Amino acid sequence: MITARNLTVLRAGRRLIDDVSLDLTPGTLVAVVGPNGAGKSTLLKVVCGELKPDAGTVSYAGAGGGEPDTATLARLRAVLPQATQLAFPFTAFEIVRMGAVAQGARQPRAEAMRALARVGLRGFENRPYPSLSGGEQQRVQFARALAQVPQPVADGVPRALFLDEPTASLDLGHQIAVLDIARAFAAAGGMVFAVLHDLNLAAEYADRILVLQQGRMVAEGPSRETIKDAVIAGVYGISGAVGRLPPSHIPYVLPQSRHR
Amino acid sequence: MGQALVPSRPGVLDLPPVADGDRTRQGVAVLILLGLLLVLACLVSLGVGPTGVGLRDLWAYASGDAASLSTQQRVILEAVRLPRTALGLLVGAGLAVSGAMMQGLFRNPLADPGIVGVTSGAGLAAIVAIIFGTGLLSPFAMLLGSHFLPLMAFFGGLFNTWLLYVVATRDGRTSTTGLILSGIAIGALTGALMGMLIVMADDRQLRDVTFWSLGSLGGATFGRVYSILPFIALVLVIMPFVARGLDTLVLGDAAAFHMGIPVQRLKRIVIVAVAAACGSTVAVAGSIGFVGIVVPHLLRLAMGPSHRFLLPGSALGGAALLLFADSVARTVAAPAELPIGVVTALFGAPVFLFLLLGRRGMGLRDLP
Repeated sequence: MITARNLTVLRAGRRLIDDVSLDLTPGTLVAVVGPNGAGKSTLLKVVCGELKPDAGTVSYAGAGGGEPDTATLARLRAVLPQATQLAFPFTAFEIVRMGAVAQGARQPRAEAMRALARVGLRGFENRPYPSLSGGEQQRVQFARALAQVPQPVADGVPRALFLDEPTASLDLGHQIAVLDIARAFAAAGGMVFAVLHDLNLAAEYADRILVLQQGRMVAEGPSRETIKDAVIAGVYGISGAVGRLPPSHIPYVLPQSRHR
Repeated sequence: MGQALVPSRPGVLDLPPVADGDRTRQGVAVLILLGLLLVLACLVSLGVGPTGVGLRDLWAYASGDAASLSTQQRVILEAVRLPRTALGLLVGAGLAVSGAMMQGLFRNPLADPGIVGVTSGAGLAAIVAIIFGTGLLSPFAMLLGSHFLPLMAFFGGLFNTWLLYVVATRDGRTSTTGLILSGIAIGALTGALMGMLIVMADDRQLRDVTFWSLGSLGGATFGRVYSILPFIALVLVIMPFVARGLDTLVLGDAAAFHMGIPVQRLKRIVIVAVAAACGSTVAVAGSIGFVGIVVPHLLRLAMGPSHRFLLPGSALGGAALLLFADSVARTVAAPAELPIGVVTALFGAPVFLFLLLGRRGMGLRDLP
């Protein structure tokens, strides 16, 4: 369980995050959506411990109370950042092994191989990272994060995955594959916190959705309650775009339908 | 997902493939080869010169049978070649390791203490120590004895490294252009200050100062070896502790933090280590360029960029390269001696140019 209370981040007089509270409970995938500049990535950075909030607190169950130190955090959660470029030609395997070593794996080599296989990159172990396509690089980074928290629950403590736009630069098939892995991680008792641009993917995969606008949380809850016309019209400025698939009541967003 | 594999594209870069991407064995093999190369370099450095000392003589000397050597051989070995070889070992290891660490810190294969002005900062401080060591700063000079000069050079190098980091780095990222330009500016400023000081120097001091700007292992004594030993030892000892941190830092400050690395502390330690290695070597051997860039670069091609092997490999390779270079400097123009900086530049500058021209893919994308 990760609990964030009254988070506020100020930069140059602007409130990038304005009094946001949220809970990451084991077994759930939480998606953050919102327009560009809403503060989604900033919120992720604060909750994963990378950025200190100007006000508010973030606490991790299993960190022994108080502010967890860098090494403790590294065992409790892994983070997939947005696109990463490398100055030195590490191989895909070497990158992923760094994640396995970070969690103190007994057999980092086997752990790294397993993580690469999970993201469908078996056979890519020896490829120098700079020679991979953008989507392949993104999946190597995802494998690195998976190798850092290979078990959704370890020693009775749930682990967390933070994903900052995990589907950016992936083709449709791989977008679904990556989110399937994330959902399986949550279903097995882990926690997932993902910044997503694609409202349809968020609606399908997230147990709860946070809608951010100018640093404020304007809606929070299951997709049924958050991906609805009233919210989408207010946040994105397009109305009439939300539809529903009758059998499962998963809302979908079809921008073209605003012309109806 | 396994079915959805994107077919493997031919490599954009011509990097040699490794069977399973794990270069641990390759790293160990290269380290062993470098160890052997260093032994060879030591033998050459001890044996080559106007008075030849053959393998059999060295073996006899090492096994305690010094009597089988001629008096001349023994004196030359003890008073000249042994201290010179020991100094070359320390200086070469220090230069190459500080280069490798700095490139890791700046995430840039072109960051070399000599090119970005750290060496000149150490040189300026060394000149200050020479000129003011008998006057204004004499209490410190008396107190610290032979460590005074290396310590001053260390602070000079530390200041310039810190200044460079502050000026050339934004959000933990350093662009090649920013790095080189800041280095030029800092180097120019340091050079100007050096020029001012040189005008104030007397003849004896001027000779010492000239020696620094050329770089040489000449006049090596065991006193000099001991004076820099603690600095180089410090840097060699911390290598295993910063290796993983420097590896993760390649993915960025944030990713390193996510993987449990205390990034700010790591950077402070590395900056101090670079200044210690760089400053102390400048204090005893002057500015010797390109070792810090050529050795790590060649090793990355041979063993991959992981600092677990790159740092010890640089120590071994740097020491070997410097001993070979010194052997060349002593012999090609005998009885005169070439400054060793000339030899390393003749070898290193072309490699540096090759690095600039041919390897843009290795993090040099932002070069104009």
